[in-house]
Amino acid sequence: MSTARIMRLRGLVRKEAWQILRDPSSIAIAFVMPVILLLIFGYGVSLDAKRVPLALVCENPNHDTASFTAGFFQSPYFVPVRFGTVQEAEKAMRAREVDGIVWLRSDFSRQMLSEGDAPIGLLVNGVDANNARIIEGYLQQVWAVWLAKFEAAQGLPLRIPVQVDARVWFNPSVTSTDFLVPGLIAVIMTLTGALLTAMVVAREWERGTMEALLVTPASIHEIILSKLLPYFVLGMGGMGLSVAMAVWLFGVPLRGSLWLLLASSSAFLLCALGMGLLISVVSKNQFVAGQIAIIVTFLPAFILSGFVFDIRSMPAAIQLITHIVAARYFVTILQTLFLAGNVWRVILPNILALVIMAGIFLGLARRASHKSLE
Amino acid sequence: MLHQVFALVIKELLAVLKDVKSRMVLIGPPVIQLVVFGYAATYDLNHVPFAVYNEDRSQPSRDLVARFAEAPAFEQVAVIHSDVDVAPLIDERKALMVLHIDRRFSRDLLRGVPGHVQLIVDGRNSNTALLVMGYANTIVTDFNTWWAARQGGNKPPATLDIRSRFNENLESQWFIVPGIVALLTQVVTLLVTALSVAREREAGTFDQLLVTPMRPIDILLGKSIPGLLIGSVEATFIITAGVLWFGVPLRGGLVPLYLGLFLFLLSVIGIGLMISSLSVTQQQALLGTFLFMVPSIILSGFATPIANMPPLIQDITYLNPMRYFLIIVRGVFLEGTSTSSLMPQYWPMMLIGIATLAMAGWLFRRRLY
Amino acid sequence: MPADTRKSIDPALELNSVTKRFHTKGRTVHALDGVSIAARRGIVTGLIGPDGAGKTTLMRLVAGLLTPDQGTISVLGIDAVSQPQRVQSIVGYMPQRFGLYEDLSVKENLDLYADLHAVQQADRGAHYSDLMRMTGLAPFMRRLAGKLSGGMKQKLGLACSLVGAPPLLLLDEPTVGVDPVSRRELWAIIHRLVAERSATVLLSTAYLDEAERCNEVILLHEGRLLGQDEPAAFTRRLAGRSFHVFASHLSKRALQERVSQAPGVLDAIIQGSRVRVVTEQAVTPTAEQLTGGAAPDAQITPVAARFEDSFVTLLKGAVNVPEAARAAPAFTAAAPSYRPSEDVIVVRNLSRRFGDFYAVRDVNFTVSRGEVFGLLGANGAGKSTTFRMLCGLLPASEGTLRVAGVDLRSAAAQARTHVGYMAQKFSLYGDLSVVENLRFFSSAYRLKGAHQRERVEWALTEFELGPFADATSRDLPLGFKQRLALAVALMHQPDILFLDEPTSGVDPLGRREFWRRINGLAESGITIMVTTHFMEEAEYCDRLVIMAQGRILAQGTSEEMRERFRSDDLPNPTMEDAFVALITAAENQQVRSAA
Repeated sequence: MSTARIMRLRGLVRKEAWQILRDPSSIAIAFVMPVILLLIFGYGVSLDAKRVPLALVCENPNHDTASFTAGFFQSPYFVPVRFGTVQEAEKAMRAREVDGIVWLRSDFSRQMLSEGDAPIGLLVNGVDANNARIIEGYLQQVWAVWLAKFEAAQGLPLRIPVQVDARVWFNPSVTSTDFLVPGLIAVIMTLTGALLTAMVVAREWERGTMEALLVTPASIHEIILSKLLPYFVLGMGGMGLSVAMAVWLFGVPLRGSLWLLLASSSAFLLCALGMGLLISVVSKNQFVAGQIAIIVTFLPAFILSGFVFDIRSMPAAIQLITHIVAARYFVTILQTLFLAGNVWRVILPNILALVIMAGIFLGLARRASHKSLE
Repeated sequence: MLHQVFALVIKELLAVLKDVKSRMVLIGPPVIQLVVFGYAATYDLNHVPFAVYNEDRSQPSRDLVARFAEAPAFEQVAVIHSDVDVAPLIDERKALMVLHIDRRFSRDLLRGVPGHVQLIVDGRNSNTALLVMGYANTIVTDFNTWWAARQGGNKPPATLDIRSRFNENLESQWFIVPGIVALLTQVVTLLVTALSVAREREAGTFDQLLVTPMRPIDILLGKSIPGLLIGSVEATFIITAGVLWFGVPLRGGLVPLYLGLFLFLLSVIGIGLMISSLSVTQQQALLGTFLFMVPSIILSGFATPIANMPPLIQDITYLNPMRYFLIIVRGVFLEGTSTSSLMPQYWPMMLIGIATLAMAGWLFRRRLY
Repeated sequence: MPADTRKSIDPALELNSVTKRFHTKGRTVHALDGVSIAARRGIVTGLIGPDGAGKTTLMRLVAGLLTPDQGTISVLGIDAVSQPQRVQSIVGYMPQRFGLYEDLSVKENLDLYADLHAVQQADRGAHYSDLMRMTGLAPFMRRLAGKLSGGMKQKLGLACSLVGAPPLLLLDEPTVGVDPVSRRELWAIIHRLVAERSATVLLSTAYLDEAERCNEVILLHEGRLLGQDEPAAFTRRLAGRSFHVFASHLSKRALQERVSQAPGVLDAIIQGSRVRVVTEQAVTPTAEQLTGGAAPDAQITPVAARFEDSFVTLLKGAVNVPEAARAAPAFTAAAPSYRPSEDVIVVRNLSRRFGDFYAVRDVNFTVSRGEVFGLLGANGAGKSTTFRMLCGLLPASEGTLRVAGVDLRSAAAQARTHVGYMAQKFSLYGDLSVVENLRFFSSAYRLKGAHQRERVEWALTEFELGPFADATSRDLPLGFKQRLALAVALMHQPDILFLDEPTSGVDPLGRREFWRRINGLAESGITIMVTTHFMEEAEYCDRLVIMAQGRILAQGTSEEMRERFRSDDLPNPTMEDAFVALITAAENQQVRSAA
C-alpha cells in the first residue's frame, strides 16, 4: 500500500518537474520576475536625498555669508544655485528647479556681529513631506558644522548647550538600499510564490487535467503535496537568486546565519504557496486566480508589510490589520537577519507566526479541495 | 461614424457595469485602497518607542527627557541603567532609539561646556532612522534655545528659521492622497481598457465587430471613451474624498487639474488598448498590465522621489505618464499651480497618448492570429 | 432483450431514479431528472443525446465527481455516492476534453498514469506495447502530446485511461472534434478492447450516427431518459416509414418546403437532390399527398430507417416542438435579383502560411449568387483559415480573393455592409440582453432611426425572441443563442452570409429549424457560404469543397462525391463514407509520393 503511495507521489512530482522544465512561464515567474523586480526596485526606490538642488539668496554677499554658504558647496547632499532675489528663487522653486531656498537678508552680517541671533531664512518645498524633513535634517547639520567652525575661529568656547551625537546601528551610513532590498525580497517572494501556484493549479482545472487526475487512485493529499514540493524547490531557487543579488549586486550585508535565513524562507514560502493553492482551488480559473493573487498578495505586501512604510507609524486599526499579512513577519525577519544578525527574540516569534499562517493556509486549501467537482 | 461610436460606447459601459464582478473591481478595491493607502502609507512618525538611559539624573537632564516623552512623535517605553541593556532593546525592536545622557551632562551644561547626549538609533529602517534623528535634533535645538535664554548668555550668531512651503506641517497625507488620485485612476482605467479588446478576442466578439462596417478609428473611439468616463468618475471620487475626508487643500483650479486628468487618461487608455491589442488572451493582457503597472508606479515618484534614482532610471521615467500627472495633481492641490506653468507636463502625456492610441488602432486589424 | 433478464445479469453500472440539479444565478437546471439505467458487462453502451442532454453530468456522477440530489448509483457493485474514491481507483475515465499534459511526451503521459495506478516497472513494457499497438501511437512515443493531431490526442487519452487495465471505462464524448477517419479508428480500438479484454465501456456521444456502433443505446434529452435498447430496436419501430422523394421540375428546397408541410410527415430533410421523408404511418404516401399537387410526378422510393429518424420521432413525441420548426420560413430578405451565372465569391490560388506551415495551400473555387456553398473538412484541414480570409479577418499570404467584387480586408468599410457573419461559437456579448445585442449590432451596421427599430422588431418576431428580449444572452438556451446570432447576421439584409460551423452542438430539431431558415434565404437569392464538420449537412449544400491538410481534395455536389465511391461493397455510400475514402486516398498518395 505504501509503496503504491510513494509510486503515485513520485509520478506526480516527476510530472510537475517536467512541466516546469518545459514551460518557460513558470521559470519566468520564478527567476526572471524576481530579477527584474529587484532591479527596478533596487535602483528605482531610494529614500536617500542626494544632490538636492538648493537656491542660495545672499542679498548682501560678503565674507560672513560666504563662510556660511561654503558648507553647502562642500556637502554631498546639496547642489546650490545662486539667485539674486527671493522672488526669483521662489519662482525657481515653483518650477521645481530647486527644492529649497536659503535666504540671507541684507543685514545678516551686521546682525550676526552685533546682537547675534541673525535669522537664516530656510524655505523648503513641503509637497513631499518626507523628502522635506530629510532636507531639513541635512540643513541643520550644515548649520551646526558652520556654527562650530565659526565659534572656533572666533576663539570662543562653544555656546551650544547640548550636543547630539547620533549613532545609527546596523546601517551607520543610513543607506536606504540596505533596508529596502531585504524587504523587497519578501514582497517578491509573496508575489512569485502565490502567483506560481495559483496559476499552475488553476491551469490544471482549466485544461481538464484535474478532472482526469481525480478519477485515479491518487488521494487529494498526494495531489496537493505533489504541487507543493516542486514549486517549493523552484521558489527557494528564486529566493536564493534574490539573496545573491542583494549581497553581491546591491552590497547589502548579511549578518545573520544562512541556516536561519533558509528556515525562515521555507516557512514563508509554505505560507505563500498555501495562499496560492487556496486562491487557485477557490477560483479554478487561471485568469481569476491571477487577478486575485495580484490584488491580495502584492499590494498588502507592498504597503502593509513595513517594507517601505513603518508599521509603527500607522494608526492602531491598520497596525492590527497588518498582522494578517504574512509578508510583515518575513520583512521583519529579513531586515533583522540581513542588518542586525541572529536576534532570536525577534526571529523566533516571527517564524512561529509564519508557521502558524502556513498551517492555516494549507489547512484551508486542503479543506477547500475535494475529490469532486462541486 | 458618430452613431456607431455611440452604440459601441453604450455597449462597453453596459458590459462593464452589468457584470457584478467587474462592477466590484471598479468600486471595491479603489475604496479599500484609498482608505488603506491614505492611512497606512505614511512617513510621519507617531509614538516611536524609545528608551531612556539617564546617567545624570539632574533637573536639566530630566527636562530634556520630558521634552522627548511629551513629543507626539515619541513614546517612552523603558528606562535602563546600564550599557548592557542597550543592545537587547534595540536588537529585539523593543525600542527604536535609546536616549543616553552622559553622567557629566548637567555639570558640563552649567559650566558652559556642551553637554553630551547620545542617540542610538535602530537603522534597519533607514528612513525611520533619519526621521528619528531629525525629530530628536529639533527637540534638542528647542531645548538649547530655551536653555540659552534662561541662562541669559550670549545668543548664537545666527539661528535657523525653517519654514516649509505648500505643506506647512509636513503631513505625509497631503503628499500621498493626491498621489492616490493618480495611482488608482491609472489602475482602474488600465484594467478597464487592457482587458476590453483581449476579452472580446477570447470570446470571438472582436471578429464579429471587425466584419461590421466599423472602421478602426470608430472602434478605437468606442473603446476609449468608456475608459475616459470611468477614469474621470473614479478620479473625481478620490479628489472629493481627498478634500472632504482627508482634508487635503485644493489650492489650484479645476481646469489645470482636469486638463491634466484628461491627457493622463488618454495616455493610460492608449497604453491599455495597446497591451490589449497585443494580447491574444485575457491572461496575457493581465500579465502585460501587471508588467507595465508595477514599474510605472515605482518609477513615478509616488512613494519615493524620482530625483533619488540613478540618472539612467530617471531618463526612463520620462516615458511614464504617471510621472507627469503626479506633478500636476500635487502641484494643483498643494501649490495651486496654473495651467500655463504645467505645460511641460501636459505635452509629453499628449504625445504618449497619441502614439499609443495610434499603435493600438493599427494593431486591431493586424494582430489576429 | 427484455428488461428483467438484463437486470439479472448483474450490471456493471446501475443508476436508480437519479436526479441532479444545478443552481446558477437563481435558476435551477435539471441536468438529470429521475434517470434509471443499467449497463451490462462486457459491451459498449452508448449514451446518446444532443448538447445539454445531461451526458457529462451522468458520466461525472458515475465517476464519483458529483453527488446526486436523489437516487442511487452503483458502479461494479460499489456505491459511488458513499465511496467515490473506491470507484475512482478502479474505473478508467476519459473526460470530455481529456486531461493530457500537452507539455509532456506520449511516454511521459503514460508513465504518469502508470505511476498513479501503481503499475510495476517490470510490467510496463509489455503493457505499453500492447496499448501502442492498439492505438497506433508507437512511432510517436517521444513526441509531446501537444504536438499530436486531434485524433491522436484522443487515442492517447484513451490509452492513458487504459493503463490501469480498468474493468469499466467511462468515455465522455471521445469522438468530438475528431475527423471521420480518426473516429472510425477510435471505434475500432474500442471494439477491440471489448473483444480482447472483455471490458465494459460507457461512452457518450452527440453524433447520432454512432449509435449504430454501440451494443446498446441510452437516449437522453434535456435530462430525461427517452429510451434504452439495442440500436436496431430503435430503427425497427420505424420500418417502412422512410422515403426518398424526387421531383424533376421542383427545386430541392421548394420540394422540401412542400413536403414538410404535408399532413402525416414527421421529418423532411434534403439529401442531395432528393428529400428524405419520415411519415407517421408505415404506408407509402402518394406524390399528391406529399406535394399537395405541386409535383404530381414526384418519385417516391422507400429507404432504410436511420437512428436519427427514430431520435427525431421520439423527440417530436416527447417535447413540444417550437412552432418555428414546423412553420414555413416565411421570410424573404430583400431579394437581390437571382442571376445564377454571377460569381459572388472568387478564390484564386489562395494560400496562407504561418511560418513554414501552410494552413491553406493553393485553393481555388467560385460561388455563384444564391448558392449554398459548403466548406467541409476535419479540424485543422484549413477550412476555418480559408473562411477567415474570406471574411477579411486574416490576410492571405498568396493568391487573390474577391467577395462581391472586393477583398474585404482592404475594402472600404462600406463593402462590409453587404456581408453577414455568424461565428463558430456563440460570439455575441453575453452580458448584454438580447435586445441590447440587436441594437448594438444594428448600429454597428449603420442602421438608425425608424429603420433600425423596424429591423430590431423584425428580428424579435421573426426569430421568436420576443419573450427573451430582456434576458441576458449568456443564459439563453443554445438553440436561442444560435437564433440570435443568425438574427444579428441578418439585421442589415446582407447579400452574402458567412456561417462558420453554425449548428455544432445544436440538437437535430434545432438543426432542422436552422437549415429551413437558411434554405429560405437561399431561395430569395442570398449567397450562403457555410463550413461544417457534420457530413450529413453537406447534403444541404448546392456545391461543396472538401479540404484536408490545407488543400482541396474534391469539389462538386454531394451526389457527385458519393457517386464516385459507389461500389459493390458500398452500394449506398454516405457523405462520411465518401469523405473517409477521399482522405484515405489522399494519404496513400502522399505515402507513395514520399516513397
